[in-house]
Amino acid sequence: MSGLNLDPNLAKADDFYESLLAAHEGLTKAESDAFNARLILVLANHVGDEGVLSQALEAARLSRDETSS
Amino acid sequence: MTRIFETPLYPYERSADQDAEAPVRHPVIVVGAGPIGLAAAIDLAQQDIPVVVLDDNDKVSFGSRAICFAKRPLEILDRLGCGEAMVEKGVTWNTGKVFFDERKVYEFNLLPEDGHKNPAFINLQQYHFEKFLVDRVFDLQAQGKLIEIRGNSRVTAVDAEDSHVSLTVETPDGPYRIEADWLIACDGAGSPIRAMMGLDFVGRVFEDNFLIADVVMDADFPTERWFWFDPPFNRGQSALLHKQPDGVWRIDLQLGWDIDKEKEKLPENVIPRLKAMLGPDIRFELEWVSIYTFQCRRMEKFRHGRVLFAGDSAHQVSPFGARGANSGLQDTDNLIWKLKLVMGGLAPESLLDTYDMERIHGADENILNSSRSTDFITPKSEMSRIFRNAVLDLSEHHAFARPLVNSGRLSVPCTYDGSPLNGPDCATMPARTRPGSPAPDAPVSGNSNEWLLGKLGNSFQILAIDVETPPSVCVGGICADRVTLSTEDNPALRERYLGEAEGAVYLMRPDQHVAARWDHWNDEAVRRAIETATGRNVSGLAGGLR
Repeated sequence: MSGLNLDPNLAKADDFYESLLAAHEGLTKAESDAFNARLILVLANHVGDEGVLSQALEAARLSRDETSS
Repeated sequence: MTRIFETPLYPYERSADQDAEAPVRHPVIVVGAGPIGLAAAIDLAQQDIPVVVLDDNDKVSFGSRAICFAKRPLEILDRLGCGEAMVEKGVTWNTGKVFFDERKVYEFNLLPEDGHKNPAFINLQQYHFEKFLVDRVFDLQAQGKLIEIRGNSRVTAVDAEDSHVSLTVETPDGPYRIEADWLIACDGAGSPIRAMMGLDFVGRVFEDNFLIADVVMDADFPTERWFWFDPPFNRGQSALLHKQPDGVWRIDLQLGWDIDKEKEKLPENVIPRLKAMLGPDIRFELEWVSIYTFQCRRMEKFRHGRVLFAGDSAHQVSPFGARGANSGLQDTDNLIWKLKLVMGGLAPESLLDTYDMERIHGADENILNSSRSTDFITPKSEMSRIFRNAVLDLSEHHAFARPLVNSGRLSVPCTYDGSPLNGPDCATMPARTRPGSPAPDAPVSGNSNEWLLGKLGNSFQILAIDVETPPSVCVGGICADRVTLSTEDNPALRERYLGEAEGAVYLMRPDQHVAARWDHWNDEAVRRAIETATGRNVSGLAGGLR
């Protein structure tokens, strides 16, 4: 099983970041929250692998051990 | 017209026990004549074990209460001789629709697998369900079986000794004392027996109220389960519409936590809510209204010496998924054959500890599933509501999100993986029939109306499929008789029981669960497996299932 990739993996990082912000343009806070939730679900389904998803949940927690290592 | 749930079916009659000089001892007393108590008593009577049922009233359940009965319990009820009447009376359904706000977001079909006698689900009011069981009790009495229901007989004291259980029973003629070798407590979630024994019942309380209304109407809504999240007629809450027999519809409306229950139950408050839901033109009549809250909890152990708890007295779940009555019927299915062997001196008392292990495993699975449904239906935080709504919005457009929608994960039987009663498995055979599984039904042959499960149950059996075996095997007073089948022109049987194997020998438990299986006949292995499945190999009985 391949693990979660935490190395740079976006070929055009700035482009993706711009599209992410653009997607939220003009949305209320509530609409943005809903958008983010839908996006997480779409991506999680694409990943599928339980192991990778649980590593992703852990990585997003930014626990002390994680950041200092 | 007097409704069935207002008619005394087993009115109080004075028993000879009340005039006896010393308390009369019975082999088994069941407390509670609900679905689970009656099923336990019928099972015992069919096995020729005399049984007395004590009930604090003399009628079937007031109002519809449990309305969904799943395939596995219907199979158990077939073994108890009343499944067919229930299926005939019940409403069979397969389609569910899920609505969010004002839109239908998706629909599902239970897609029942072919080659089973019973449907995936029927809807039937609990009062009808109990009436069929009471009728079956009367049938058994007419056949001379020793089964008795004592109405208006409320247990007010219980004294559990090592050798027996003593009870004080309150009746219209005053109290009397009675004794039992074994007591089965099926006296519901508020179990007085449990309380009198000072036993705990721990779990999680859900801060929510649901209004249930049974409505009689002539409406052409289809026979489907409709579930609404956040509908315009019940903003911020959920709703359910489900059909029952006799033109009765079950409507569940979530009300939230801070409400005045008595006020909400008044017809002048209920009727406008229902009109908003059903539309102004539908004419209906209220049959029954109730408000419920729920908890998910269970006893730490279901067996306390000679007192055995079954059904809601042992474990309670939220109603989402129909896992209450359905799991209770699986409790007694598991318990009665074990009790019979122990009472007959054919198995050690420790066999009853496997009732604890196997059914606690089932209860935990049900509590997990129904808690998850509840968390989806009633989000506990702002963020959980955001995710819940995101799932519902996505489900309208994308198939991937539909499995995440949770309006109740409908009851399926659990497999007793890791049970100390399980014997050898055979790797080339299908996973669904591994030791510990409830045997899936199949046609007996390619073109017959006979079903496999109609041939199984009530005793240990050898199911021989395309393998030569002796007609029966006996070990220490327990005999397993052979049922022979062929997979010729029977692909369902092959797929469910053989898989890659050429032939199969299954050792079946009296509750139609698989104990062990092989792809050839081995006399010695089958004998050992019978010893294992009856708890005679005492090692390994401690602890829970893995």
